[in-house]
Amino acid sequence: MNAKTMKVDFLARVEGEGGFRLKIKDRQVKEAKLNIFEPPRFFEAFLRGRKFDEIPDITARICGICPVAYQMSACHAAEDAFGVHPNAAIRELRRLLYCGEWIESHALHIYMLHAPDFLGYEDVIQMAKDHSEAVQRGLRLKKIGNALMTLLGGREIHPINVRVGGFYSVPTKKQLQDLEDDLKWARDAAVETCRWVATFTFPDFQRNYEFVALRHPTEYPLNEGRLVSNKGLDISVQQYEEEFAEEHVEHSHALHSTIQNRGAYFVGPIARYNLNRDRLTSLAQETAKESGLEAECRNPFQGIIIRAVETVYACEEALRIVAQYEMPERPAVPVKPTAGSGCGCTEAPRGILYHKYRFDERGLVLSAKIVPPTAQNLKTIEDDLTEFVSTRLHLPKDRLQWQCEQAIRNYDPCISCATHFLRLEVDGE
Amino acid sequence: MTKPERKLTCIGVGNPFRSDDAVGRIVVEHLRHDVPAGFQVLEETGDGAELLEAWIDADCVIIVDAVQSGAPPGTIHRFDARAEKLPGWFCHSSTHSFGVAEAIELARAMGEMPAEVIVYGIEGLDFSAGTVLSPEVAQVVPTAAKLILQEILSHPLERSASC
Repeated sequence: MNAKTMKVDFLARVEGEGGFRLKIKDRQVKEAKLNIFEPPRFFEAFLRGRKFDEIPDITARICGICPVAYQMSACHAAEDAFGVHPNAAIRELRRLLYCGEWIESHALHIYMLHAPDFLGYEDVIQMAKDHSEAVQRGLRLKKIGNALMTLLGGREIHPINVRVGGFYSVPTKKQLQDLEDDLKWARDAAVETCRWVATFTFPDFQRNYEFVALRHPTEYPLNEGRLVSNKGLDISVQQYEEEFAEEHVEHSHALHSTIQNRGAYFVGPIARYNLNRDRLTSLAQETAKESGLEAECRNPFQGIIIRAVETVYACEEALRIVAQYEMPERPAVPVKPTAGSGCGCTEAPRGILYHKYRFDERGLVLSAKIVPPTAQNLKTIEDDLTEFVSTRLHLPKDRLQWQCEQAIRNYDPCISCATHFLRLEVDGE
Repeated sequence: MTKPERKLTCIGVGNPFRSDDAVGRIVVEHLRHDVPAGFQVLEETGDGAELLEAWIDADCVIIVDAVQSGAPPGTIHRFDARAEKLPGWFCHSSTHSFGVAEAIELARAMGEMPAEVIVYGIEGLDFSAGTVLSPEVAQVVPTAAKLILQEILSHPLERSASC
């Protein structure tokens, strides 16, 4: 048969509602499309008119897995607009909160969503029958990430303790110290996770991607840094919109992002690792090496190893912050709104998350723009599918479909996040 | 009072801001004060990992959750989850988190099932944003609470609690 269409209406093990369609003709892939039919969520529109101090709580609602990322990018954007500079203690606590989110999100994706693909199981429940110990390790890792988020954020899903300028309240040293034993267990479990996922078989697939991530002078990036790429990009967060554009494509409720003059790009753990490997702790670097990772990774299927390496890092970074913590006198620095605009970009578990807001003199939002990591990866995922399938057309259809779904899950796509921003334009009468 | 050697945990599951989705929590709130001391009554959002954690030390778990099976609103379903797999309509819609049915199946797969797992499902009507139950659902709350309380009070674990 010369022409065929592969259509998967509902993608499993991704957040939100999406499917994909491949059109194959004359043994060539003519079209690979991710259909994002999760309804648009209009967050940018209903932020308008809201006060700056409501933004972290409203945008946290965009995602149940990475709410901290939304809160962090929102806070940094408002602080950029108002010229607010949180002190070192608040900065550290923000990193600690973010570590909690990375640990829970990475553990979830590695163990619950992606490992079953590599080991040939329909889902984690089937996998748990043969890999009970591993699944229990994943669940406990996730729980420790959640515990950090609960302590610092007030609750693990949609935290309520984050504000522009800092926090509403901060933990005592004792409260943080109580987490130390769990975090040490989590660090060792993360190393074990790396060893486990390194034994998986990875399809032989590499592409010449443009990787984009934050880069900070001394830290593995979470909250701050310049936007850099392996193809020469080196800009401040404030220059984001000079380099990146969003476009609407007919088959998707999510906008597609491109980098000026070069097109698709790649954000997330692999991009962070490739651009910031030297900023990882020595244990995380050693674990990466032991797990067979080169200094640069171009195989998206190996993202599962890098998530595990980043989990090692997040546990070690959390332990460092806990050990050095002294409770600040005040949980937040004062914030006085002024008219103007500001932007923020932080590293969500799935990659860079950009926010930009324009405020009036009372601090009310005049306009909002939010670019989540999944929207930035959509074009790359489609390009991956095109190339990946082209060399695997000989496979039986069910095997090919399995591998395509696995290829999509390399990016841990969060479709719910990616569809909150479709613009609705109505012509005036 | 001596603590029971075996433990019973009753968990009300739901989102309190999604109208009828909260019914499981409201039912356990209703019976909380009548449950003998020594038994745990918890409210959870329904995140599977949290549920696995919540019942970790329990020998008997009773879960109360809102369901949508197509039955008339207010219908009370009861399942013995050790004896049978929960029906498909119990499964959670999101795949970045997992719910009651997935938590039970995961526990079963890992050999970590409590000795008894009873699930009460109360048919909801309205799952939109809101904090008020539909009248059809609200009116069965006392009945459901009474049924579950009877199950708890008649349970062999209760007798060990009163030793």
